[in-house]
Amino acid sequence: MNGLIQKVKIGLIVNPLAGIGGRVGLKGSDGDLTQKLAIAKGAVPHSMVRTREALEMLLPYKEQVEIITYPGEMGENIAKELGFEVSVLIRSALGEFSAEDTKKAAVVMCSLQLPIILFAGGDGTARDIYDAVGDNCPVLGIPAGVKIHSAVYAINPAAAGSIAQMIVTKQGLIYFESEVMDLDEEAYRGGKVNTRLYGYLQVPRVDRLVQNTKSPSSKNEFNVVQEIAYEITQSMDHDTLYLVGPGTTTRAIATTLGLSKTLLGVDAIRDLKLLDVDLDEKGLLSLLGKYPSRRIIVTPIGGQGYLFGRGNQQISNEVIRMVGKENVIVIATEHKLFSLQGEPLLVDTGDAVLDAQFTGSIKVITGIGKRMVYPVR
Amino acid sequence: MTTERAYHQARWNEPIILDMGGEGERGILLPEVEKEMLEDITSIKSQIPKALRRVTPPDLPQISQVEVYRHYLRLSQENLGAGFVADVGMATSTMKYNPPINERLASNPKFTDLHPLQDVSTVQGMLEIAYTLGEFLKEISGMDDISLQPRAGSQAIYANMAMIRAYHDKNGQGTQRDEVITTIFSHPSDAAAPSAAGYKIITLYPEKNGYPSIESLRSVVSERTAAFFTTNPDDTGIFNPLIKEFNDIVHAVGGLCAYDQANANGLLGIARAREAGFDLCHFNLHKTFSTPHASGGPATGVSCVTEELAAFLPSPHISFDGDRYYIDEDRPESIGKIGQFYGVAANFIRAYAWIMAHGAEGLKEVSEIAVLNNNYLMKKVLEIDGITIPYEPGKPRLDQIRYSWHELLKDTHLDIVDIANRSADYGMHFFYSHHPYVVPDPATLEPTESYSYRDLAKYADDWRKIATEVKNDPEKILTSPHMAPIHKMSDLTPLSDPEKWIPSWRVFKKKKRSVHSD
Repeated sequence: MNGLIQKVKIGLIVNPLAGIGGRVGLKGSDGDLTQKLAIAKGAVPHSMVRTREALEMLLPYKEQVEIITYPGEMGENIAKELGFEVSVLIRSALGEFSAEDTKKAAVVMCSLQLPIILFAGGDGTARDIYDAVGDNCPVLGIPAGVKIHSAVYAINPAAAGSIAQMIVTKQGLIYFESEVMDLDEEAYRGGKVNTRLYGYLQVPRVDRLVQNTKSPSSKNEFNVVQEIAYEITQSMDHDTLYLVGPGTTTRAIATTLGLSKTLLGVDAIRDLKLLDVDLDEKGLLSLLGKYPSRRIIVTPIGGQGYLFGRGNQQISNEVIRMVGKENVIVIATEHKLFSLQGEPLLVDTGDAVLDAQFTGSIKVITGIGKRMVYPVR
Repeated sequence: MTTERAYHQARWNEPIILDMGGEGERGILLPEVEKEMLEDITSIKSQIPKALRRVTPPDLPQISQVEVYRHYLRLSQENLGAGFVADVGMATSTMKYNPPINERLASNPKFTDLHPLQDVSTVQGMLEIAYTLGEFLKEISGMDDISLQPRAGSQAIYANMAMIRAYHDKNGQGTQRDEVITTIFSHPSDAAAPSAAGYKIITLYPEKNGYPSIESLRSVVSERTAAFFTTNPDDTGIFNPLIKEFNDIVHAVGGLCAYDQANANGLLGIARAREAGFDLCHFNLHKTFSTPHASGGPATGVSCVTEELAAFLPSPHISFDGDRYYIDEDRPESIGKIGQFYGVAANFIRAYAWIMAHGAEGLKEVSEIAVLNNNYLMKKVLEIDGITIPYEPGKPRLDQIRYSWHELLKDTHLDIVDIANRSADYGMHFFYSHHPYVVPDPATLEPTESYSYRDLAKYADDWRKIATEVKNDPEKILTSPHMAPIHKMSDLTPLSDPEKWIPSWRVFKKKKRSVHSD
């Protein structure tokens, strides 16, 4: 080995408190009080254990790797303990670590244009990373949270390490915008799963190594999204208002038309032109007042298969009623439906009568000339 | 008591034949060309059109006879299959026992010396075998007429689709009926063949019980419905008891119903396509009637239809006038020829012999044992901690089951491909299933009637050992196979990346051009 080899720089952000609540039965670790309660109940931070499992996969390539990280428990300790070359970023804040540290670390690492930033945590950590850098940098989660709903995590720490290994050995990877979910932990502790789509992070996708990606081929998946967009755009009617919900699948429709759609917002398309973007319920209702012929295009959000009621609450029950169930177009890749593992699509508009109209099954456009009839509850 | 095989496969690091031998080596020395012929050679050459003549000679291997012999014998040692072990892991393509006596019959010179262009008066025996085999299959399916012409199950599905189109065309509804309905667990060809024929595909998803609801079918049938294609049971092994009702709903809107019976191992003499209300069905002789699979051909998929569709069957058709067997080519409404001549005649002999050896009672027993074997294996497999069955886990199945290793693997770095690799170390393999990837970490087993309870107990026992390794020695699984001739493929992604596929010469040229123009 000579010293001239350019080392691959890997970013590392460990949320020392991630998952601390789960070990003591608290269903999540958000909030100071919960964290204190967890520590009082004897919880031991296990994000360190999970990070170690991931980094161990890089040990055979130790000479080729430099870990860029934050002081102490946020990455420095574990990386040094395993014998990696470590560069520690300067922390300006004092006192206990907080979400602000995660965000600051992400901003700095993103500006360094690292090939990957590994972060250990749960949904909350993913949201912090998203808040800080949006989808501007390649990142990958080491799962350490209690119950993770976001699709930005590897299936387990070793899988995260394997992907980092691929980056070190310069294997070409495909990056996808993957969903960051926001789970209302307060409600979750009360026994109710209430998630919404929070944003997207750029995540390398390696088949079977990243959560929610048990598809035959990521590349194929990408092609299928294009196929669906083509199918939709080929059959768009004139003088018709299309309200296009959030998601990468729906965004492809706009991209195919050469339009720029917001990823999280509900945008309006009419006669192949973008009429308005990121509409709230009020905006949607006012548009519906102007155009008698209208459709809604949605794709199920976030692993749990919600058609309405999570991630697209702007499309309220009033909006859906005005458009009519028969004018709701559902699109999804087969893979997205398969990843529900037989669980039905869900509708929760806050209006039980309207929800009941959707119960049964719905036709989902899955490609050119391809429809899947999928159960809805 | 099962014997531990301590299996280790031969490993020869065998080169491909083009890299073997040397310049000028020959396997057979042909006799010198006679002088008179030599004088005539220029005129023979001149008879081949210039455009068809090779500019450079073909790059054929130059190698001695004994080396060729050893090469292929060594390759055959690096093989795995039904001839060696209980090969029950190929799901719906599981190979049942192919009795060597049937191979003897099929390779008898009295048969192999026949030519399809011989005068029919000289091949009455062969035609009788083909015709009688067709009569058997009509009885087994309840259908009115058949064609042995398709060379594979998928081609039979395509032929069935073509006949359905011809039927709707004749009724003036060909353009209007552009949709085909199928189910997600039906064989992928039930969607792919109609799609290739230009139809829009509507796929029904199962409920918790493993089959789609009546209501979901009702929501999609219309005057645009051309047909409903389905397997039953599908890979889950669950029989849809509402199948007659499904077919009635499709018929009510003017659509036709086609039954994919490629694998009929659980149904012989028990349930027929006819009584379930189907208009067409097909059998794969290699899945149910014991002919070799032949890895993509030459196989036989048999199309079976009701009287109403008989005129559309592929041409030529083997017929009988009560006195003589003959080749009927005067079929104006036929979808036409879908392969050379009449089909793979060697398979007709094998399947005919197999059916004759069993008789009607025997065929029913085949199915009863296949179902019994499957449920026995299921009981054994479910004793393994962490292996589960999706959809109504407690329910008995027909002839096959898609299992899931997910519970066992979800917290590990392993997935089902690693388990399949490790299985090779035990002298077995399984297919971790084709599309759809609905069941996580799937493995589909179909024990057929060919294997004993000892075979099946051993298979389950080997799975148990692997399941134990998942917990105690995952590294051993991750680095497997250790006992097989080839280590493992490092990158499987090209297999599932359509951009890398070269299914034909035309596609090759097109892709090459697009690469160059980039």
